[in-house]
Amino acid sequence: MAALPAFSLADPSGADFAFPTGARTAICFVKEDCPTCNLVMPVLDALHGSGDVPLLAAGQTTDGNAILRERHALGFPLLDDAILKVSFAYDVETVPLVLLADEEGNEVDRLVGFDRAEWQAFYQAHAPNAEVDWEALPKWRPGCGSLTQDPIIAERLRAESENSPLRARRIEVAPSDDVHEFMFDQGFTDGLPVVPPTPERVLRMLSGTTRDSQDVVAEMPPNYAPATVEKIAVNAVLAGCKPEYMPVVIAAIEAICTKTFNIHGVNATTMGASPVLVVNGPIRERIGMNMRLGVLGQGTRANAAIGRAVRLAVRNIGGAKPGGTERSTLGNPMKFTMCFPEWEERSPWPALHVERGFAPDDSVVTAFAMSSGPALCVDQSSRTAKQLAGSFALSMEAAHHVRAHNSSDALLVVSPEHVDTLWRDRFTKDDIREHVQKVTARPLAELAADENVGGGVPRERLDAMPAERRERLMPKFASKDNIHIIVAGSEAGKFSGVFHGWAGGEIGSIPVSRKIES
Amino acid sequence: MTTILDPTDERVPIARSITPRTGEITGRVALLDIAKPRGNVLLDRLEQRLAERLPGITVNRYAKPTFTKPAPDALRQDIRAGNDFVIEALAD
Repeated sequence: MAALPAFSLADPSGADFAFPTGARTAICFVKEDCPTCNLVMPVLDALHGSGDVPLLAAGQTTDGNAILRERHALGFPLLDDAILKVSFAYDVETVPLVLLADEEGNEVDRLVGFDRAEWQAFYQAHAPNAEVDWEALPKWRPGCGSLTQDPIIAERLRAESENSPLRARRIEVAPSDDVHEFMFDQGFTDGLPVVPPTPERVLRMLSGTTRDSQDVVAEMPPNYAPATVEKIAVNAVLAGCKPEYMPVVIAAIEAICTKTFNIHGVNATTMGASPVLVVNGPIRERIGMNMRLGVLGQGTRANAAIGRAVRLAVRNIGGAKPGGTERSTLGNPMKFTMCFPEWEERSPWPALHVERGFAPDDSVVTAFAMSSGPALCVDQSSRTAKQLAGSFALSMEAAHHVRAHNSSDALLVVSPEHVDTLWRDRFTKDDIREHVQKVTARPLAELAADENVGGGVPRERLDAMPAERRERLMPKFASKDNIHIIVAGSEAGKFSGVFHGWAGGEIGSIPVSRKIES
Repeated sequence: MTTILDPTDERVPIARSITPRTGEITGRVALLDIAKPRGNVLLDRLEQRLAERLPGITVNRYAKPTFTKPAPDALRQDIRAGNDFVIEALAD
């Protein structure tokens, strides 16, 4: 026997009726627009009139309760459960629902809808003195759906219930306040409007992941605050995500919060770096990511909202705000959002995640710390792979400073038309990398500051070097492995793009991949 | 009335208390170079000026391995254990 939930409900006069009562009690749930509820109201009145068992009847709308009382001249108080808390606690699916509780408050019998024989047996057992003309009643009538089953109401009730997965602080925004202006004032946004994270929306967002809402995904710098699944969901709502984006957002946050990626430094640097997120695997199609026309631009919700959710989480959970621990001299627009997928199917090469050790059918997000981009490489004339890779090389050499070699990573996004030029000569990704290193390899002497151009290798360091060292060739990148290559973009246009890295390797940030929950 | 959930870490900022100022520099002074270009030049000059103006103090030099990451715990502990003051040459 299951113990029924305790409750206290008021009648229209404000008098409270509490359960358990300490005696056998009938509990009933009804709603006014249900024909079957209307059918049984006189029967319930008879039960109340019998004096055999007290009746606590709850109606699901205040207005409807008044109508029922008047229409049926009820002798019993119809209690107000318009906020549906008790109906939800009782998991009422269908009305009318009648329950009989024993002295300890345990359920001993129940009626759902109207089946004359069942109701008659129930009355014979528990309210034998009730006067009901059973023959005048139909043999059977189906019940109606409880208001708690309405999808929108159900989400609100789940959010407000005691075992709700929501633990975040609730903020009441006064009716006189504009919720959007309030969120700007609180500093929750990146400067653009955000979606208000109501409990219902956050709950819906949590349905996109199987992880527990209180799981800590990462300790998020710079404040090293626990980034729970719930807090990430709140920020995903702000950013405009759909629930199905959540696994990508979670995996991306796991990736950037590793020591290897070093989001602390990426946020704090005056250089102005930001995570660039590349998505691979089946999830790209499933959540509607754009990998074709305008892939690095605006217009696709999944691309835009996932990157924005990660940035807002870093801002709100991690506490990285411009002027605080976010110290970019100029900043860059990637600090709003930068997330896109690779068009694996258009590529003749192994996809990024496969190169990085994952299976082709794994869904994976890879985070790169990039300081600028996409810098366009315009080459509409190269007819050989070697020429085109050479053009890529010179575009990449511009990263940070043409004479700054040996420092960072680059992410090259090759457009389909350029892919075709490269693949006609069967150039692999490694062939591109090696050619970039070859074309950009320059003697140290050429990389030193002179009277016309500063930066590069300090002149005094160069002057202190033996002559043969000054002539040693140094390519743009410390290793060809610092050149990351993916395919994306529309079929038309001989334009590829390069993202320029930040401080690379152990002293800065190393790209990190994380498998996405499927 | 709209109810929203707090997107932040909900930590109430705790005001940090500043070490009492004595009005004079004595004892051991740490100079911390965060490894930004020319930070060492600034600190060299500062060390020189401190030696001229405050000959009674001891100056200890420290350097972070990289400016991109917080100082390692051991370095922070060393500075704290061996000094009464610290001057850090911050970025840019």
